[in-house]
Amino acid sequence: MATTGTGAVGAHNAKVMNRFDLTKRLVARLKHEEAVIGGIGNANFDLWMSGQRPQNYYMLGSMGLTIPIGLGVAIAQPQRHVVALEGDGSLLMQLGCLSTVAMQAPKNLTMVVWDNGIYQITGGQPTASASVADLVAIARGSGIANAAWADDEDDFDRLFTAALEKGGPSLIAARIDDKPGTGTTDRDPVQIRARFMQGLGVGRK
Amino acid sequence: MTDMQTRTATWYDVVLATLKSNNVRLVVYVPDKVLTPLIKALHADNFFTTFPCTREEEAIGIVAGAWMGGMRAAVLMQTSGFATLPNALASLVVPSQIPAIMFVSERGTLGEFNLGQAMVYKTMRPALDALGIEHHTITRQDELAFIVDRSIKQAVATQAPVAFILSPLLTGGKVFEA
Repeated sequence: MATTGTGAVGAHNAKVMNRFDLTKRLVARLKHEEAVIGGIGNANFDLWMSGQRPQNYYMLGSMGLTIPIGLGVAIAQPQRHVVALEGDGSLLMQLGCLSTVAMQAPKNLTMVVWDNGIYQITGGQPTASASVADLVAIARGSGIANAAWADDEDDFDRLFTAALEKGGPSLIAARIDDKPGTGTTDRDPVQIRARFMQGLGVGRK
Repeated sequence: MTDMQTRTATWYDVVLATLKSNNVRLVVYVPDKVLTPLIKALHADNFFTTFPCTREEEAIGIVAGAWMGGMRAAVLMQTSGFATLPNALASLVVPSQIPAIMFVSERGTLGEFNLGQAMVYKTMRPALDALGIEHHTITRQDELAFIVDRSIKQAVATQAPVAFILSPLLTGGKVFEA
């Protein structure tokens, strides 16, 4: 059995990386006001600390809905690329969304999964991905053909750049360490939603 | 004369027309027998993007994302499906002030044959009330367009979700074949 804190039973050869480092690499590659949906918890916190772009949305609750929210934005704005940042525990809570994404096949949606193999914020209990569940295999089995583990930082950069350029839907999973998030988001959901909508150029209807 | 003029308008004709006149272009659903004719009509109309989700929470996430991206959106579900939603409503839709439009096919009353449906039915209105979500139970087709049209406009104007509970008195409900 894999130990906790390393994640990703299906990617034994992949390097264990750091979420904040990868988040900064990802954000640095955004050149076209792409929307980024940060999942509840550390995915969100590291996105916040990477710089508060107007096109970032920070989920304060609704665990598991990062990818569905991203799909909604992608459908509403087909010309804009959307990136959903999700954790392993959150994704395991809402696996059905992968098959929904596959059926709709939005070309402008990229899903990124940070897999540390633990429910980090709730006390580090192991997730199924630490021992038995391979999230990339689950994604492929759900119909996301373009799903891959990032071998290392350079591979992550390559995969993410390809996802933006070639279109999706695609899923990139990264084994990450158990370092906590580097900060916390503001906690005002109306302000976060309003700023995001302004960032997407959406006015009051 | 067109087909619409030669046959009597149904409840689902009215719902579809009201969604269209309010520019609600995205309709996602978890299937329900009673809602089937509405779902079929939505799929047959190119105005709408419509597709099934694996559960109702997922549908709420999609609707929230679509609204933030500038597209009005609605969810179709049955009563038992609504019962899975309180966390998504309380932690996403309500505090973020997102006008999610919900249609709930009412099960659990007026001839229910499944005890589980009859039980979960009792949680629906208390949950809606606890969350302060505007909801209307629609029993009559002559009130349907007015309630749905005005309430969608109110939801958008006040940035608040709304739930339409479609009574068996309106839809016919699901009949127990004894």
